[in-house]
Amino acid sequence: MMSYHASLDDINFALTYIADYPKIAALPPNREATSDVVEAVLTEAAKFAATLLAPLNQSGDQQGCRLGNGEVQTPDGFREAYRQYIDAGWAGLPFPQQHGGQGLPWILGGIVQEMWDGANMAWGLCPILSRGAIELLLSHGSEAQKSLYLPRLISGEWSGSMHLTEPQAGTDLAMIKTVAVAEDDHFLLKGQKIFITWGEQDFTENILHLVLARTANAPPGARGISLFMVPKFLVNEDGSIGARNDVQCVALEKKLGVRGSATCVMSHGDNQGAVGYLIGDEGRGIATMFTMMNNERLAVALQSIAVADRAYQLARDYAKERVQSRALTEQGNSEPVTIIHHADVRRMLLSMKARIEAGRALCYYAMGQIDISHADEDSQLRGAAQKRVDLLTPVIKGWCGESVIDVTNTGIQVHGGMGFVEETGAAQYLRDGRICSIYEGTSGIQSNDLVLRKILADGGEQMRLLLEEIQGDIDVWREDLAENLALAAIIVELHQSLAVLREATDWMMATGTKNVNSAAASAFHYLMLTGYVTSNWLLVKGIANALGDTESDGRSDAYLTVRIQVARFSSEQFLSLADGLLKTIQRGDDAIMALAVDEF
Amino acid sequence: MKVLVTAKRVVDANVSIRVQSDNSGVDLNNVKMAVNPFDEIAIEEAVRLREAGSAEEVVVVSIGITNCQEQIRTALALGADRGIFVEADGDLQPLAVAKILKAIVDKESPGIIILGKQAIDGDNSQTGPMLAALAGLSQATFASELTIEDGKAVVTREIDGGMETISVPLPAVITTDLRLNEPRYASLPNIMKAKKKPVDSYTPEELGVDVAPRLTTLKVEPPSERAAGVIVETAEELIDKLKNEAKVIE
Ligand SMILES: Cc1cc2nc3c(=O)[nH]c(=O)nc-3n(C[C@H](O)[C@H](O)[C@H](O)COP(=O)(O)OP(=O)(O)OC[C@H]3O[C@@H](n4cnc5c(N)ncnc54)[C@H](O)[C@@H]3O)c2cc1C
Repeated sequence: MMSYHASLDDINFALTYIADYPKIAALPPNREATSDVVEAVLTEAAKFAATLLAPLNQSGDQQGCRLGNGEVQTPDGFREAYRQYIDAGWAGLPFPQQHGGQGLPWILGGIVQEMWDGANMAWGLCPILSRGAIELLLSHGSEAQKSLYLPRLISGEWSGSMHLTEPQAGTDLAMIKTVAVAEDDHFLLKGQKIFITWGEQDFTENILHLVLARTANAPPGARGISLFMVPKFLVNEDGSIGARNDVQCVALEKKLGVRGSATCVMSHGDNQGAVGYLIGDEGRGIATMFTMMNNERLAVALQSIAVADRAYQLARDYAKERVQSRALTEQGNSEPVTIIHHADVRRMLLSMKARIEAGRALCYYAMGQIDISHADEDSQLRGAAQKRVDLLTPVIKGWCGESVIDVTNTGIQVHGGMGFVEETGAAQYLRDGRICSIYEGTSGIQSNDLVLRKILADGGEQMRLLLEEIQGDIDVWREDLAENLALAAIIVELHQSLAVLREATDWMMATGTKNVNSAAASAFHYLMLTGYVTSNWLLVKGIANALGDTESDGRSDAYLTVRIQVARFSSEQFLSLADGLLKTIQRGDDAIMALAVDEF
Repeated sequence: MKVLVTAKRVVDANVSIRVQSDNSGVDLNNVKMAVNPFDEIAIEEAVRLREAGSAEEVVVVSIGITNCQEQIRTALALGADRGIFVEADGDLQPLAVAKILKAIVDKESPGIIILGKQAIDGDNSQTGPMLAALAGLSQATFASELTIEDGKAVVTREIDGGMETISVPLPAVITTDLRLNEPRYASLPNIMKAKKKPVDSYTPEELGVDVAPRLTTLKVEPPSERAAGVIVETAEELIDKLKNEAKVIE
């Protein structure tokens, strides 16, 4: 009975009180997205996820994809589920009405995607990649490209895929070798791409591959790379499907998780060359690709939370059923109890729940800021929101990507031996969630991005603004919330860890300019520290906003009490790590770089 | 032809319900609510009739507290064209509901009225037949197949030991069985459109209906929990227990 039900209460809470949805809904383009519409949309999406996608999760994992004659056969039921997904019009949720979308706020698109991921992460990768392709075309496509390709991408009739990685070029995309030679109005591409998610499938009649390649005579390194769109089938000017392009899936990877999805080796130009169309400017391929990378990284963070949530649901249900051992507090001949009565099992379940709520808080906050950056009438607020998203994206991607490993791992532990058995399903969540800290930039790369590009590059300005905002909130809460003893204790803990983060940031600023290896050696711990502090800030912010909302009949006191206890657990168990992390951070690279390469 | 369908607000079928501690009823506090699943089938059938050209308009009715408008929106998102909301607080028994529906039938003159064969909360299976009697219409209950031919509804009914096919003249009341169809998922564009579709509101007084309850609920009890089992040592012990404790054999 490995079911999945989107955590609608938690989702609605985070949407309303952490992302501040009322503010987003008040922005002019979002006026149709009133709370009753949101309620209806989320309820229906949750139903779709639970009844159509979730039942295919384990069978998809067991069956996997098969390749024959360049065609990929997807697991049973995936194709029909995709058909229902487009029939129900979900694909176009956050995209402009002008191109056939529904024009709803970005954050709602994110939440619906969270539900697909929780129900079936492997299947959900296809909509995520299409969304990336849509974003790229919206911001960099020519008008002709937009009108030819966007409507069917937005309807979901066609999908998108992203071709960056090559055998010698993973993290370092400057090493890309695939070449593109200009011919008439297009280019001809040759080269091999690996690890391409849903590079081939049987869901859609066409796939639009977005490919990074090097133009002939281009300068070496990143500046020689451009972005191309290579359709699986060429599209005639009237929109009809034309000739099969010279791009082929030649192999599928066998992998640890997301086995229901196809991870393809894609060969471009085995024959005459794959026809590709330039997107954006020549030589700006990597920069162009990165316009949607922030959003994709947040999508991976949300995937992490979705899978973690599913792991929690399974572990919680098991802990309420499995009878084992008497309660320590009972004397004599008492009956054995369900394991949720044991303190250590409670600790495990709460550590899962707290990380999930904290991670969801981070993701929803960032998505809310994206909506503000799209639609606020005040250009300064738009700019500030974008900068906040830029600063926090590596933190959120890195912290959530690491958290899903811990949470799903703990989920196995709660099950004892049954967790180690595939039939239970707990193991799949660890295997699936394990990719989140690898693709879209590893945690190591997120850490470097945070320290080098987001902190050192702007002299720590954006980080300083964030720390000030948190301090400002704490100052207000210390007055307003003093009477609630549980909250007051959380706020003390938050205040102390904020001081620790400030100290760590000062160390980073001072060290990074002198000894970059030392900053890089501590970057991961610094990222995790930032994640703990900011997510706990948002947990309290949500509670404070809910307490201040005396009008809404939607918030129940019983629910708020639970949230406060979870936040308390989080502050006691996770914010308390801050001191230790600071100590480690301040050691820098002394021990880390002490050994010579030969000494390993 | 116009189709009238119902959308009763009931506890979501996935929720495990609790009985109130004073045994007066089921605890509805903070419980997820949904359209009665048999009404969903009715809505689906009505929308299919319109899509097939057998009907022009689908009108959905919900009766109860203000929040019942959510169920009307759900039905509109599934394809109904227009809603009627009758606001009524308190215990609404099948007879009261049937009388309200009769008043609406008089106003709207639908060619066919489709209801769930029962609601999953009360399990009464009374509203449809009562409505047919009050309105003087023919009825076909427990429908698992429905076609419209020459002013008649041809209905296959699930009965003990088999299927029965009957033909009733329109206008008629039809109640749906589980196998009539598989309701669709609401599409996102239709969810958005539902907001703009018209919903009229009435009160029972405006419709001239007295909704005072005629039955009194004495007590609501949860099913008894299964007691933990015991392992018996011998067959003799088992027989002894069956005879003297369970008293199922003599
Ligand atoms: C299931 C799956 C799906 C994928 N889908 C796609 C897809 O659709 N499209 C696509 O283009 N790619 C895809 N990828 C590829 C993925 O994005 C890369 O695997 C990832 O970017 C890491 O690159 P790499 O594997 O070459 O590792 P490497 O870059 O070789 O990294 C190896 C290790 O070195 C570390 N490292 C590398 N450089 C640095 C540095 N500068 N500083 C510190 N540490 C460093 C990394 O953190 C990592 O721990 C997918 C991969 C998988 C497994």
